[in-house]
Amino acid sequence: MSREIAINLAYIVAAILFIFGLKMLGRQASARRGNLISAIGMLLALVATLLDHHVVNYTWITVGLVVGTAIGVFCARVVKMTSMPEMVALLNGFGGLASLLVGWAEYGKIRAYGWERYLAEFAGNPVFTSVVIALTVLIGGITFTGSMYAFAKLAEWLSGKPRLFRGQQLVNFALCGLGLAGSLVFALSGDPALAQLAFFVVLAVSLILGWTLVMPIGGGDMPVVISLLNSLSGLAACAAGFVIANNVLVVAGCLVGTSGVILTVIMCKAMNRSLVSVLSSGFGSGVVAASAASGDVVQGELKPLSPEDAFAVLEAARQVVVIPGYGMAVSQAQHVVRELAERLEENGAEVRFAIHPVAGRMPGHMNVLLAEANVPYEQLVEMDAINPMMPTMDVAIVIGANDVVNPAAARDKSSPIYGMPIIRAHEARTVICLKRGKGAGFSGIENQLFLMPNSRMLYGDAKASLQAVIAEFKSLNAA
Amino acid sequence: MELILLFFIFILAGFLGFELIAKVPSQLHTPLMSGSNAISGITIVGAIIAAGTDDKSWVTTVLGTSAVILAMVNVVGGYLVTDRMLGMFRKKGESTGATKGGPTP
Repeated sequence: MSREIAINLAYIVAAILFIFGLKMLGRQASARRGNLISAIGMLLALVATLLDHHVVNYTWITVGLVVGTAIGVFCARVVKMTSMPEMVALLNGFGGLASLLVGWAEYGKIRAYGWERYLAEFAGNPVFTSVVIALTVLIGGITFTGSMYAFAKLAEWLSGKPRLFRGQQLVNFALCGLGLAGSLVFALSGDPALAQLAFFVVLAVSLILGWTLVMPIGGGDMPVVISLLNSLSGLAACAAGFVIANNVLVVAGCLVGTSGVILTVIMCKAMNRSLVSVLSSGFGSGVVAASAASGDVVQGELKPLSPEDAFAVLEAARQVVVIPGYGMAVSQAQHVVRELAERLEENGAEVRFAIHPVAGRMPGHMNVLLAEANVPYEQLVEMDAINPMMPTMDVAIVIGANDVVNPAAARDKSSPIYGMPIIRAHEARTVICLKRGKGAGFSGIENQLFLMPNSRMLYGDAKASLQAVIAEFKSLNAA
Repeated sequence: MELILLFFIFILAGFLGFELIAKVPSQLHTPLMSGSNAISGITIVGAIIAAGTDDKSWVTTVLGTSAVILAMVNVVGGYLVTDRMLGMFRKKGESTGATKGGPTP
């Protein structure tokens, strides 16, 4: 009994460490320590669990811990900063699958022990425990396949374009219904054979559902999806906590679940869309027809610019704002961007980086990349802070950003992104847009920014283009 | 009774989660997400209990051990990746903590 108390005390301390860790993660100065504190909490919870009286066989646990640690260390070491969104999706999927397996294993134990012995060891009653097992499997499965699908999209193994098929929402609703019905049968039927059948139905449904739920969501909406899946992985752990009546699982899982929901809501607000519309609509699929029909609000042409001319514009600029987007990640241009910023500063200009909350494929994606390139975080300005300053900017350099600077979001009611808050790049005196080619952006929407009279297009790979501009600065200094 | 207590904890933790995250600057969203993602690896606790059981079924052992591996990858990978990211954020003038493992410019 005293061991039980000691373990529970350790769990309480672990929960406190998680809470402080999360709190500290929310502030720049303390974030790194916060992460460490939360890791210590995890270690404490892990060690305490090893002392749990349910644990009698350590062989396989040791194998699992060693193998898992090795894989985790390896992944964390080799992953590139530009691949961080995929990495987070992958880890998240693993967490979801782990919870699913826990639920499955507990169900296996119930079958092996019988209810009486199982419930004597863990609290609960057959119906409740069955319901939470079904929930663990359902949420865990959705998290797993959903994250894997998101991973494949982010890693560009699959096209980032939304995939839609006729009756998709109907299928999703039907699957949800089937999953819930299966859970009920699993919980309420007294017949073990029927319960087993129901369990595997729930398992299968959860795995398919994760897939079909993420399928219609385009790459531009990935920040929302990732934070939502993150939230789900926490809830899956939380449900597993109810199965084995473990308080630290419930607390930590719930913390992750709710904080994920908050992040999701923030992301949705940044796109001015409801969660339902993100989840149901294939963003960018029905779009091309719509904008073609409405006719562009801004008429104009794309005006190409050479790196030499770009240099001339930048050389004269005093206030420069850089607006990065996913394209910067794709061309790995963050280091070159920082070098250009340094050259501009040497030249007497003030350089800021304007970060849209959903730029990139993950919340805060751009911040991580610029931090990797040694851009001090004081130089990064959030959307709401930069917009009032936009008219005073001599030059706005748009690097691989598209929808987040599209003025159609503010003006064109027929545009699918109408109402989404944007960085008002078009208000700068001159806008230099770095773009790979002439096609429409990721969401398939024509960007009206590119057609505006003060916009100039610098075509080509962002990294190469910027290097050409930097070379001009170098020759200026040499002269 | 114990279940009611668990629910109680659940509800309170939910409110706490909302409060903790409500006012985080957007530049920290990625580390916050990967940090909380690492915490969701707490399912390792369930995995250990599942894997350490004494029932003689190999199915449970396989499921439990796989769960331990996956949760551990989530935990270790999550914390290390978060630390790597946070190590890169720095104020003007600071230049320590080089970009280990990142692509060279």
